Amino acid sequence: MSDKRDIAIAVKNIHKDFILPQHKNNSFKQAAVNIVRENNKTTQKVLDGVSFEVKKGEFFGIVGRNGSGKSTLLKLLAGVYTPTEGAIEVNGGLTPFIELGVGFNPELSGRDNVYLNGALLGFNRKQMNKMYDEIVDFAELEQFMDQKLKNYSSGMQVRLAFSIAIKAKNEILIFDEVLAVGDEAFQRKCIDVFETYKAEGQTVILVTHDMETVRKFCTTALILDTGKILEIGTPQKVAKIYSDLNLSEIERDMLRKTEGGFKNDLGLSIKYKDTEGHDSVQFRNGDFIRMILKYNKSKLYQHLVVNIYKRSGEHITGFRIAGESGSAEVEVRALLQKGKYYSLVQAVNSQHKAVGDIVTGPDFIITTDRAAGIAGWSGLVPMEYKVISS
Amino acid sequence: MKYLHSRNRAILREMISTDFKIRYQGSVLGYFWSLLKPLLLFAILYIIFTYIVPIGKDIEHYPVILLLGVVLWSFFSEVTTVGAGSIVASGDLLRKISIPRYLVVLASSFSAFINLGLSLIVVFAFSLFNGLLPQVSWLLLIPVIIELFAFAVGIAFILATANVKYRDVTYIWEVFLQGGFYASAIIFPISLVPADLRIWFFLNPVVQIIQDARYALVPVEGNVTIWQLTEPKLLKVVPFALIVIISITGAVYFKRRSKYFAEDI
Repeated sequence: MSDKRDIAIAVKNIHKDFILPQHKNNSFKQAAVNIVRENNKTTQKVLDGVSFEVKKGEFFGIVGRNGSGKSTLLKLLAGVYTPTEGAIEVNGGLTPFIELGVGFNPELSGRDNVYLNGALLGFNRKQMNKMYDEIVDFAELEQFMDQKLKNYSSGMQVRLAFSIAIKAKNEILIFDEVLAVGDEAFQRKCIDVFETYKAEGQTVILVTHDMETVRKFCTTALILDTGKILEIGTPQKVAKIYSDLNLSEIERDMLRKTEGGFKNDLGLSIKYKDTEGHDSVQFRNGDFIRMILKYNKSKLYQHLVVNIYKRSGEHITGFRIAGESGSAEVEVRALLQKGKYYSLVQAVNSQHKAVGDIVTGPDFIITTDRAAGIAGWSGLVPMEYKVISS
Repeated sequence: MKYLHSRNRAILREMISTDFKIRYQGSVLGYFWSLLKPLLLFAILYIIFTYIVPIGKDIEHYPVILLLGVVLWSFFSEVTTVGAGSIVASGDLLRKISIPRYLVVLASSFSAFINLGLSLIVVFAFSLFNGLLPQVSWLLLIPVIIELFAFAVGIAFILATANVKYRDVTYIWEVFLQGGFYASAIIFPISLVPADLRIWFFLNPVVQIIQDARYALVPVEGNVTIWQLTEPKLLKVVPFALIVIISITGAVYFKRRSKYFAEDI
């Protein structure tokens, strides 16, 4: 058994139910009507017996698909919600960042907002006086601090909020999807901060969708699914489960579309080659990938639907090719960021109904290097753009 | 415990100062409006009840009595209305951060309290101008105002909690206050009410408070207080008992429901 003093947060068998009235009693009239009527409330079990411990100095990741209950868990940890059952023990000061810049008021100056936000995060005026210069420095907003927040650009607002968040040291920090906002430069800043936290042994709880971050920073991770813990363990293991979960969802989704259990074996094989005709699973951003598809000939296969997915679950693209000949060769240009991808092929009949199994192709990897003539961009895919004036 | 204390004080302080900074945002007269509002209401009432319906004509220091009544009533009305809507108005905040929920209600109450302080300065200046001299009895205003504050905050806690579930509360309370204004003997001195009906007025804690305050400021016979009533003796306890009951109910009700504010709003 681990020493009690090593535990930062102990979550003991918490349940959280939300009662969802069919008609919300927002007014007396509705309330009166609903008392007369039979009370048709439904209880939604958002968290159903969750227990875990976060040790001091851990970088603890919480992942799960949308609706798995991770935001609710986070709000329980932050003390915003009260558990229906069970208990949460927190040893030490805890600062949650469910959102950056909580309580920011557009009518107040930058300076006033720093103090207001700081107070809401649990710091008194004296502590804020000490931190103030550092915060402003880090945000690079010295000359704007006396201006009203409403005159800030959204980027400036995020910078200010983020600076408060990272200068606001506390024993336990909780972040929710912070990386989801901001541009590339901002995200890099976040990464730097996380690296510092990790090096310093700061206790951090991070809720995220991004498995890269989990693998890179977390010492332990937890995956939630429909209100229960699927696994607590190494980030690698959890990230794998997360990917499988997403994948199986995609597959289930596609299978659902399959006509009444009618399945044919496609006998499909998928291979990738580079433009010179050599087998390969590793390409550079901007390279052409030649997909070689071989399958059993059948009149049923009107088309083949070829999809490319990122390993973390995003559907990148999908297109249809004629599917009667028994083989196909397609060249796609991999305008993709670095990462792991795979293809998924499905045959459809003339009514666009799926026939036969979905076949998953091998993974391929995009490296950071760029092929000649490819400019950089951030985000998932490069969208075409034209500068009208600048 | 000390940490918690200073943390809450910091939040309260920032909330009150935010309220002050943004309240009269963009208006030319700015904060003077908090003084002007009761003064203008007073001016209207004074003109009506001295010249048009001359109720106050024969009353000693009627303008002072009227102004004090208006100022105290405005305070009561501000604490309860702003307080009633305060939790719902801070919904966004309460869903994202776990600060003690009562701070939100207290912050709005204290803002009103500071307003009252400023208004009272005007009342004192006006009293001197009206020929009253400062006297020891003015100090009695302090416990009376504390009593009013406790009563108003108690109501604010009940209304704020109920308002989370039933948004009708703020609208009903507005109407209730309109009636309360007349039931609280603000424009007319209670001495004009027939003696046997006065008891009913005094069941209202606001009447007891305003009459005590008037007597403290202008200690003349005409300012009847609850203490001058002879029968029934037990009546004198009623306003205080009501305040205690409402404050305790407010605290308990608020505390019980506040755990669920974040999900109910």
